[in-house]
Amino acid sequence: MNNIIAIYKRELSGYFATPVAYVFIVIFLMLAGVFTFYLGGLYERGQADLQPFFAYLPWLYLFLIPALSMRLWAEERKSGSIELLMTLPVSITHAVLGKFLAAWLFIGLALLLTFPLWLTINYLGEPDNPVIFSGYLGAFLMAGAYLAIGSCISALTRNQVIAFVIAVVISFLFILSGFPLVLDFFSDWAPQVLVNAISSLSFLTHFNAIIKGVIDLRDIIYFLSFIICWLMANVILVDMKKAD
Amino acid sequence: MIEVQELSKQFGVFTAVDGISFSVNKGEVLGFLGPNGAGKSTTMKMITGYLTPTAGTVSVCGFDVKKNPIDVKKSLGYLPEGAPAYDDMTVDSFLRFIANIRGYSGAEKDKRIANAIAKANLESVIHKTIETLSKGFKRRVGLAQAILHDPPVLVMDEPTDGLDPNQKHEVRMLIKEMAKDKAIIISTHILEEVDAICDRAIIIAQGKIKFDGTPQELEALSDHHNCVLLTLDGYPSLNAEKYLGELDSVGRVEYVSNVEESTTYRVYAQDSTKAVKEISHLAQSQEWVVDEMMVEKGRLDDVFRRLTLEDVEAVEV
Repeated sequence: MNNIIAIYKRELSGYFATPVAYVFIVIFLMLAGVFTFYLGGLYERGQADLQPFFAYLPWLYLFLIPALSMRLWAEERKSGSIELLMTLPVSITHAVLGKFLAAWLFIGLALLLTFPLWLTINYLGEPDNPVIFSGYLGAFLMAGAYLAIGSCISALTRNQVIAFVIAVVISFLFILSGFPLVLDFFSDWAPQVLVNAISSLSFLTHFNAIIKGVIDLRDIIYFLSFIICWLMANVILVDMKKAD
Repeated sequence: MIEVQELSKQFGVFTAVDGISFSVNKGEVLGFLGPNGAGKSTTMKMITGYLTPTAGTVSVCGFDVKKNPIDVKKSLGYLPEGAPAYDDMTVDSFLRFIANIRGYSGAEKDKRIANAIAKANLESVIHKTIETLSKGFKRRVGLAQAILHDPPVLVMDEPTDGLDPNQKHEVRMLIKEMAKDKAIIISTHILEEVDAICDRAIIIAQGKIKFDGTPQELEALSDHHNCVLLTLDGYPSLNAEKYLGELDSVGRVEYVSNVEESTTYRVYAQDSTKAVKEISHLAQSQEWVVDEMMVEKGRLDDVFRRLTLEDVEAVEV
């Protein structure tokens, strides 16, 4: 536990020691604003809720989170510092968790900084605040899922660009796995059970349920188990690839 | 404190380390020599638990590296090749991170960090980010990191590579100073370093141990070991070679050079002390003017080349 905290602290302070944190947060907030007000038409809708913000969030994550996660392991391998990390008395699981938690909470911070949206909507009307809270919870959980994919892929390569591109593609498939684009690929030959299973893996299905204010335990378990699976793969990959 | 048994590492079909065994005791500094790609770093990486051996065992302070990797890592300090660190951190925050990972807190942590900074002479750069540091300072940051927890076992991969002569001297002094109560392995391809700080040297080439012994024993393998280098005033004369050759203790005499009216001979002898005595008597009786007389210790680079190239030549034949 001590080790996880030490790594977590180092990672998080690393974000703020470099421009990474500031660039990420500024771009995230700007794009969130653009999506919410222009594409989502927050004002035009005439409804006091944050649906436009949440609805575009999966697409915002699609590019921003892999950009954050691509360096998690690829950079360690590129600079050789992984040799230092792996010869300190830390288990790989702790290292993976420490890095993941730092990045996850960092995104959580970026999410919190969208609070002016919430203030605006409360000023303009009387929104259903528990629904908004539920939306933020879903947004945070989904961020973890994107991040777990990105962290795992980052351990595959020492090249950050490759890590970014592959993580974007995989995340994209998981966004759309409930849609014909992905399902048509399987529906002709795979049994219905499998098609249903793939369809149920979609981020959007689960996320849309949560942002409507329905906090279903199954959706939460979905995101958490999704994160755990990818992080377990991450641990295995780090172990296999560390010295390549 | 370090026991290595039949250690092997294969990368695909390539055998990097091929069944090597050795041990290092407390108070001993072991120098690891070998050409690039001989398997030095690979061996060190297996000892420190970074690489998993293909076969064989490593135990550090009684802990098996496969079964108790965390205990092994706790009891050793490791300076990897090139001293990698987190470049965007300051020296101070980097050492704080290492101290946290090593489980120190409060006053103990501050004391350990201050101590490591003092030992590695980092006072002037503690608030600089590591990426802005010179190669020598980076190496010393790596060193500070390795000795922070005062480990019983130290493994250092080319600790003086890229340092200027003064810094090399400092690092060697530091290693010597720590050697009393630790088991230390350093790898190097600077032969003089072995002479300067190591109690024992191991030469590996093609993944196998070619030599294991003291630096003196290594020198003794040289053809020039115990040779007497004699420089006489005057031009080369056959007489000198003839007289020298007739001495009891002398095997063979070789003409080396003639520079500015003084001539140098190399006298091969079994017992250099006796040879020196006889030569000085001879010089007196022949009224030679001796400019210089010196007993050669043996040339490490010759021995090194012979030991590490043996196999390659054999293969070519």
